[in-house]
Formats: sequence, structure tokens, C-alpha cells
Amino acid sequence: MSWNRRHLLTLEELSLAEIDQIHSVATAFKKVLGRSVKKIPALRGKTIINLFLEPSTRTRMAFDMAAKRLSADVISFDAASSSTTKGETLRDTAENIAALGADMIVLRHNCAGSPLYLSKILGIPVINAGDGSHEHPTQGLLDTFTMRERLGSLKGRRVVILGDILFSRVARSNIHALTKLGANVTLCGPSTLVPHSLESLGVTVSHDLRSALADAEVVMLLRIQHERQTATMFPSLGEYTSMFGLNQTRASWLHPKAIIMHPGPINRGVEIDSSLADGERSVILDQVTNGIAVRMACLYLCAGGAPESVTPVD
Amino acid sequence: MPLLHLTNARVIDPAAKRDAAGELFIRDGVFVARPSAADLKKAKKIDAAGLVAAPGLVDIHVHFREPGQTHKETIETGSRAAAAGGFTSVVCMPNTAPVADNAGTIQLIKDSAARSSCIHVYPTGCITVGMKGQSLAPIGSLKRAGVIAITDDGDCVQSNELMRRACEYAKMFGLPLMDHCQDHSMTVGAVMNEGQMSVKLGLKGWPNAAEDLIVARNCILSEYTGAHIHMQHLSSRNAVEILRRAKARGVRVTGEACPHHIALTDEALATYDTHFKMNPPLRTEEDRLAIIAGLKDGTIDILATDHAPHTPDEKDREFDLAPNGILGLETALAVSLEILVRKNKFKLATLVDLWTRKPAQLLGLPAGTLAEGAPADLVLFDPEAEWLYDAKKGFSKSANSPWSGQKLRGQVKATYVSGKLVFDGKKIVA
Repeated sequence: MSWNRRHLLTLEELSLAEIDQIHSVATAFKKVLGRSVKKIPALRGKTIINLFLEPSTRTRMAFDMAAKRLSADVISFDAASSSTTKGETLRDTAENIAALGADMIVLRHNCAGSPLYLSKILGIPVINAGDGSHEHPTQGLLDTFTMRERLGSLKGRRVVILGDILFSRVARSNIHALTKLGANVTLCGPSTLVPHSLESLGVTVSHDLRSALADAEVVMLLRIQHERQTATMFPSLGEYTSMFGLNQTRASWLHPKAIIMHPGPINRGVEIDSSLADGERSVILDQVTNGIAVRMACLYLCAGGAPESVTPVD
Repeated sequence: MPLLHLTNARVIDPAAKRDAAGELFIRDGVFVARPSAADLKKAKKIDAAGLVAAPGLVDIHVHFREPGQTHKETIETGSRAAAAGGFTSVVCMPNTAPVADNAGTIQLIKDSAARSSCIHVYPTGCITVGMKGQSLAPIGSLKRAGVIAITDDGDCVQSNELMRRACEYAKMFGLPLMDHCQDHSMTVGAVMNEGQMSVKLGLKGWPNAAEDLIVARNCILSEYTGAHIHMQHLSSRNAVEILRRAKARGVRVTGEACPHHIALTDEALATYDTHFKMNPPLRTEEDRLAIIAGLKDGTIDILATDHAPHTPDEKDREFDLAPNGILGLETALAVSLEILVRKNKFKLATLVDLWTRKPAQLLGLPAGTLAEGAPADLVLFDPEAEWLYDAKKGFSKSANSPWSGQKLRGQVKATYVSGKLVFDGKKIVA
């Protein structure tokens, strides 16, 4: 099967076959990352621009690393150094980047829908690295990649996403990927951050932590995003921790082989106890490592790379 | 001016309960009774075969952006868009730059209208100084300067106390208050309807409740003070029900609906197209149907466009950053014909009433009738004619319409203002 997409904007629009394809290419790239020479020439001569108009460290470094592993030239710039602070529009910034001869743009932006907007303007591929509260497709892909690595097929698996769902692009992308992969997804957290309208996405909403966690095979914690919230969403971080923070007792309700995930950055002691974040069920750092391979796969495929030419190296 | 003799039209004049084939006579800018046979011989004949002749349409909610935002629209260009849409009287909102909160600015608007408008333009003034919602604007001076209503449209007076006093004070001058019903505390950063679509798109939602609360507040304050409060651009189903109950008790409240709220829902936002971004936002199918039901049973009194021009550059932004508002004047008749008459079985005369007699009556404008002695403001339209709307080639200075590029049914063939042809179906001739 060939890959027909130039842009990676949402997981909502990807088919199951496309998700499988990305994961399979990522599996091959992950083997490359285990070699002593970690670089392949797949995107040599291509220039990728990381246009990060909202603060990010992990995602930006991962995209940077992924592009370099593929031998692409990478230029990163952020909101502070870009002309957007001088009043330039996103269209003008992007058209200038394209005019400089870039081959691909990776966009992080605090406004939902901006990657779609750019994709309609520019003749080069646009990769969404997080748009407001909408989607973060590469995060959803690396999270499900990590789950499949640990659990095999996700069909019928109980996955709980716990925390600030309303403002979370990570949650939305995971929901779309997980429902396509056949998982049973439960969203849990305070009713102000996990409204019932989310059930229209094909998931269950629960405000009862115990029943939500019972026998779940995956629990994914989301950070409480202070920067996107008004003071009215919940009383205090302390109350959040006391009602919904994951601790040893609550973790014991999970399936014995359950894994604990977090897209980072972690607020230790708020949504998760340190002992769990660092414990043996935690796959938090695996997520970070897998993020490189998955993003390599996304960059490679959207740049026009043929899936079949990536052969796993044994 | 020569005598005009309009023949062969289907004449619809809701004020006279008239809807029949017939003729109209115009002399010296007003409708007149059938003249003598000798006079008729000399009259200029207008054959309106196949067309509806109705009072010139009245829109009590437009933004003509003058003074201060004339890159978007001017009174001249706005009036041309209005005439092309069959409108002969419009009421301008005061959220200009500076805002129209003083007699001087009202005079500026009136002077510009006298100079450059091809239709009747009526100004409104702000309820509060600077439209800031903190203290009462000089409502008496505004009245003396010629405003026909007061409103902080685009904004909403948040203080119940200030709104109460505005009601009491404006009532002294017989001025209606027109309110954009929005509780700000519930809509910080909101850019679309709150619901399944906002959750999916990751955009900040503007809940129905924020509109319902202020509509309820206004019903309570109108009942308490006796002032007339008009609810602008209703979009929420519960707001319609709240208005219905208040009217049943005899409270002096009225409401309006916009073509976009009866034609579209928030599903249209799936591609983050800023031409579907307005305030209040497009809501759900349930809301849309409730607005139509409200128009049908008279709970909602009138239609109005909320014609809100913005330049292509301003709309060509990230969704969160684009301004609210869309054009309405040139498409209003066709869109409302499609939704209300063809899809929801409203009588054509009822639709005409919603665009003419009722809005004129609501604000006491000398318009909306074909009665003898009334200003000869007239629209001739073909309710079945199909045409392609291209906003870029339209009459407004801006082009921000969700209907651009679409085929519409129902076309204005001529617009007369005070007996004078101003739009001939293709171009402005005034």
C-alpha cells in the first residue's frame, strides 16, 4: 500500500491502514535508532522548518532529532524570534518560509485549525505539531505505538485517559487513534474538564475514578494546563490531587499488567506520584524514545518516502 | 417627477393585507391612488410581469463602519449593497471608531448619509459612554441628534444595575434599547458555539446559556421598568422560549433573527472557515429549528442581517484571531426565501412582513408599506430567479460572505427609494 498524504494534520482524518503504516515504518526506524550509526540518508538535501509559535521543548527537540536522523537540514524558530511578534501574519510568515526553499513545515501553534489553514496556502507538506486544544497527531501516534509495543493488539483493551481533557490536544488525537485501533476508551476527571459532550467522539466519560481505573490496561495521565484555564474550572491543584491524582492505592485498582503513560511535562505530586512516574509500570520515557521513531516515520512518509523501501534492519 | 405606473406585478403589502396581482402608482416620491385616465396616459409604465412588488426591505441591524473603519465599508458602499439586496431603509449600529456615543458623531453619520447614501439610513447611539458598559451615554442628546434606538451592539451591558437605569432613562424619550445578549463572564475567549463541534475542533465554546441569561435578564428588566428591549440576533433555542413566555405575559420585549442563524449550523465550522465565524455563533440544528419556529409563531418579530463587513485580510487568519461577522444585505432575501418560504412553508407575504412592516413598526420608521401617501420605497423581485453570488463582485466594500460562489434563488430586479430607481437589477443607478 502506498502513502498518499502530503500533510499530517489530524488523526481524525487518518484511516486505520494509515496508522498501521506509520507504526510499521516507525518500527523499522526504531531499529535504526538502536544501531551505532543512527543516521540514514532518506531526507538528505531536504530542509525542514520547525515553526514553533507556542513554547515547546520535548516535541520540538523530538522533531529536530527525527529530522536529523533522516539527514534533513533543520531550521527551528520560535515565537520570540519570529516576525509574528512584529505583526506579521501566519500566512506571510509561512509564504516567506516556502519562498526560502523549505521542503516541509512542522507547525506548533496555539490556534486550533492553523495547520489546516497553512496546508491550504502552501505547496509544501505541513505537519501538525500541536494546534491549540485541537490535535497533536504525532503524540497520538507515538502513544498508540508505545501501547502496541507493550500490549500487542489494542482491540478491546481498556484505556483510561485521566485529567484535563477539555483543553487537551493530546487527548483528542489519542481518542481518534485509539477508537480506530479498537480500544475501549474511558475519559476521567472532574466534570468541568471532562464534559459529557466528549462522548460524541465515541468514548465513555466517567467522573468516578475507581470504576474508571478498575481493570484498565492503560492509564494515560494528562497535565493540568494552568495556562489554558480560567480559575473557575476546579478549586485547587490540591483538591485535584486528592480527587484524581494517581497514587499507589489507586494504581492498585488497575489491571495487574497495566502500563502508566504521560505525554509530559509531568507535574510530580499533582496528577501522579513520583513513585509511579518512576516505577516499573511507567512507560513515560519509552514514549519519548518512540517519539523519535514515529516522527521520523511521519516526516519520511509525508516527504514522499516509499513505505516499502524502509526495510527493518535485523 | 413623472407619474410612474407599475403594472402586472404580484403586489404584496402586509400592512394592507394585500397579496394579489395589481398595480401601483407613484408620484413625487410617494405612492398615490389611481390617477385620472388623462394622467395615466402620460405616466411612465413599468411592466413588472412575473415579479413581486413589495415595500422596500427594512434592516434594523447593519454595520456600515463609518466613521473610522471605512476600509471595511462606508455608508456609501453599504447603502449600495443594501439597495442591491432590495433594502431601502437600514439602521446602523454605533460600534464605529469612535463609537457613536455623542451627538457629534451622530451628526457626522447623518451628514455622510445625506451626502452619499442611496437609501434611508437611520443611526443608533450607544447605551454607555465609549460602549464600555460603565456609565450612561448622553441618551437625551443622542435622541435630540436623531438616534432611533440605543444599543451597545457587539458588546452587551453586563451590569444589571446600569441596564436597569438605561431602561428607565431611555423610556423617558421613548427610545427602544436593542441588546446583543451575551454574558461575558461565560464567553471569555469563546469563538464558536459550545457543544459537540467545539469539543471536536478544540475551539473555545460560547454556551447557549450565556445568551439565555441575558435574554431572561432583559425580560425581567423590561417588565420591571416598562422599557422596550429588543433582543438582537437570537441564536439559542432557550432564549426563544424565554422570550415567548415573557411576551405571553405582555412584557414589552421583541426579538430578531438573522438569515445565517436560520440557514446554517456549527457543523459548517468543520474546516475552520472564518466566513462562518460570527457573534452570536452558529449553533445546532435544534437551535436553528427553534429560531424558525419562533419566527413562525411570532415570538421572534423580525428578520435582520447583522451585515458586518471585514476585509479579506482581516478574515484570512487563524480562526481564533479572525474578527466576528459576515455580510448579509445582498443575500438576505434569497436565503430567507429558501429557508422560510421554500423549506418551511412560510407564506411569501409573511416573509415580506418580516422584512418590511414589522421592522419598520418595531422602531417607528416611515417605511414598510405601499399605502397611499407613504414614501415610494419599493422592491421588485423574482422569487424563482437563480443567480450566482460572487461576493468579490458584489456591492459591499468587503467580501466576507459564506454564500459567495453559491447559486441562490430569488433575485432583486429593481429597488426604488422615494420613487426613484436606485438599483436596476444589475447596477446602482442613483
